Amino acid sequence: MSGLPHLAAAVDLPGIPDAGAYVELARLAERGGLDFVTLDDSFARPGPDALGVLCRVAPATRRIGLVPTVTTTHTEPFQVQAAVATLDWVGRGRAGWRIDVSTTEGEARLFGRRHAAPAEALWQEAGDVADVAARLWDSWEDGAEIRDVATGRFLDRDRLHRVDFTGTAFSVRGPSTVPRPPQGHPVRVVDATDGPARAVAARYADVALVRVTAPAQAAGVRDELRERARTSGRNPDALRVLVSLLVDLGDGEHAAEPGHGGGGPRPTGRGPLYRGGPVDLAELVVRWHADGVTDGFHFVPVEPRRDLERLVNGTVALLQHRGLFRTFYPGSTLREHLGLARPANRYAVPGATAVPGGAS
Amino acid sequence: MTVRRRLHLAVAHPGAVHAGAVPAEAVDTEVLHPEADDADGTGTAVGPGTEVWAGAPVGSRLAFASFERLARAAERGLFDFLLLDEEPPLPEHRGRLHELDAVGGPEPVAVLNALAGVTARLGLAATVNAVFGEPYDLARRLATLDHLSAGRAGWRVAVSADPRAAADVRSGGAPDPYGRAAELLSVARWLWDSWSPEGVPRPFAYRGRHFDIAGECGLPRSPQGRPVVIQAGDSGRARELAAASADVLLVRHGPLEAARSRYADVKGRLAAHGRAPGDLKVMCGITVVLGDTAAEAQERAAGIRRQQVTPRYALYALERVWGTDLSGYDPDGPLPETAPRTRDGRTRALAEKWRALAGEKGLSLRETVIEASGRQSFVGTPHAVADDLYRYVRQGAADGFVLVPRLPAGGLEEFVDRVVPLLQERGAFRTEYRGGTLRSHLGLSSPVPPAGER
Repeated sequence: MSGLPHLAAAVDLPGIPDAGAYVELARLAERGGLDFVTLDDSFARPGPDALGVLCRVAPATRRIGLVPTVTTTHTEPFQVQAAVATLDWVGRGRAGWRIDVSTTEGEARLFGRRHAAPAEALWQEAGDVADVAARLWDSWEDGAEIRDVATGRFLDRDRLHRVDFTGTAFSVRGPSTVPRPPQGHPVRVVDATDGPARAVAARYADVALVRVTAPAQAAGVRDELRERARTSGRNPDALRVLVSLLVDLGDGEHAAEPGHGGGGPRPTGRGPLYRGGPVDLAELVVRWHADGVTDGFHFVPVEPRRDLERLVNGTVALLQHRGLFRTFYPGSTLREHLGLARPANRYAVPGATAVPGGAS
Repeated sequence: MTVRRRLHLAVAHPGAVHAGAVPAEAVDTEVLHPEADDADGTGTAVGPGTEVWAGAPVGSRLAFASFERLARAAERGLFDFLLLDEEPPLPEHRGRLHELDAVGGPEPVAVLNALAGVTARLGLAATVNAVFGEPYDLARRLATLDHLSAGRAGWRVAVSADPRAAADVRSGGAPDPYGRAAELLSVARWLWDSWSPEGVPRPFAYRGRHFDIAGECGLPRSPQGRPVVIQAGDSGRARELAAASADVLLVRHGPLEAARSRYADVKGRLAAHGRAPGDLKVMCGITVVLGDTAAEAQERAAGIRRQQVTPRYALYALERVWGTDLSGYDPDGPLPETAPRTRDGRTRALAEKWRALAGEKGLSLRETVIEASGRQSFVGTPHAVADDLYRYVRQGAADGFVLVPRLPAGGLEEFVDRVVPLLQERGAFRTEYRGGTLRSHLGLSSPVPPAGER
């Protein structure tokens, strides 16, 4: 594993609709130099629209990546890609999109368009949405807006493209109404722990999250994802695999349960949980990353304020002190934080000049 | 009728002109394009968009800094709200994408959530089409904006059944756009009201013509109770829908007398719905050109019109009426001798009108288009414009105005610096924000959530 680990944290505050607390947590994570924050979302539980919240957070932060969950089952693919592209515009190249599906009948009833469906079918559709979103992001080539006063042309229509996508559950004509976002493609994130989602992650994700308790498991899923990415024609090095853990950093160093800190995460009903002190967590990050089983970690604090504070001021500070994590952001976009290239546009003629997508 | 009252001011980010062959009754967007003449009601806008894009840098329609600058200017001017339009599908002309108008922009609700972080009092309204999309998702996204902005959200409920937009959505079409939009709005209200006054979610179940949904709303009642509902349109149908349920009706600017009778008509419809005249504000979409003297203002206005109607634009506008390729014509030469390739009586009459205009005044093709397309609404010195705006409101023609600037970023500052202080001197406009919510700026009462079981 080359380079330093990538670190991300959830800023979930279940049920809280006001902006202040989210801004505070995102700023804290940014002080620690984390690659990105995630904000989960689902129609099944209380809380505000996550993409809206992270748009609100964008002008209050400068560098940290902003990754809301946006589901694909009951939403309009065209609208979703436009909203994610807009987050990238308002965040100046810091947007990600955690793709998820809505599996419950309760969610289906809120929309009344279809019944709950098996995860396999929903993830296949989610893959189509991930695919068509990237096509729509490409539907405006960089530099399609020309503002040529001499000819009176605002656009160069030869650099705009219909996508004419027909999937199993929907079709989209395009082009998008939103010009290509600063990152080209905002970063697509998929929790690849479960089978149906793993196929979508291997094919379309820039970042895959895996919830595992042991290094060997992490290595196994990572190898599988990279292999499947390769067979679908991708460069496996363009996929970052992060281990996602619940973290309970306790009430003080001594509160860590004996044996848990060094013993690694344990399975729980809510997923793999690390319970221990911030120092032991730093050891775990270093060890797993050095062993090459993961590209980094995504931490979900059990107690949002307390645990994120301990993560940043304890775990991250220690890693930085040892030169094992960045102390400042050398780049400005989420892709740069993750070491991922800005993707070429599938519709652009090779060799034609491409300029980055506009002023900031 | 001369009543002393204050006017309301809003600014619309100049959106793309909604061009194309769309049934006129399903389009309510042109009221904010005072300079895009509606070709005598055929639903085909032939004039230019309001925006003059030539002066602004590439990318400035997308850069957050542009929106931030406009919002800060509006807040400095104590405006009631900023309205951000949804981008319509890219216009096509003769089977290809149309290249001449400024198009392409961000999703409005997302941008307004970000603007909530850089403003404190300004109302933040988004145009979102209610012909497509689902009530739960829309109600939730708008209530989120109301929460994140601490009570400043507005929703302009657009009714646009553009078939090109239909090609991008799951349903693939909407047979009854007005019916669906009206039902979606009433369901959204229902969802916003679904929490009890004590802050407890109550289950809902709704079955109507377009929607059949049930569950529990995942968001507590938002600070305004309901985001402010804005509608646009001049038709009887639009007026009736607004009288039944909207907080603000946006209308086209027009001559004083016609506007007064329209205003009286709209306000007169409220009682039948159990509402008071003050419950619905009528605001006109306008453009303003200022100058140190009246002559200078007129000169600037003419210059802007020449910038909007470029030689190529003039040919394009003509092609839309004539329905044929006119690229071989000289924009500085005469109108085509041939008749338009259409049997549509109104289009042929329009062409005849243009020909008569050109003949009478000896105008070139381009001059004819400039002459025939709409004019800026208020042109003059700051004093004259302030007087005209105030008179319009005092005499019962509108409750206020939505300014459509020519530049997305810096287009409002001159008005804020030069006209707003004069309105304040005349007692016509607020000198500070009294409340924190958009409802309080507009003088609207807070909706009371229904008590008890539903």
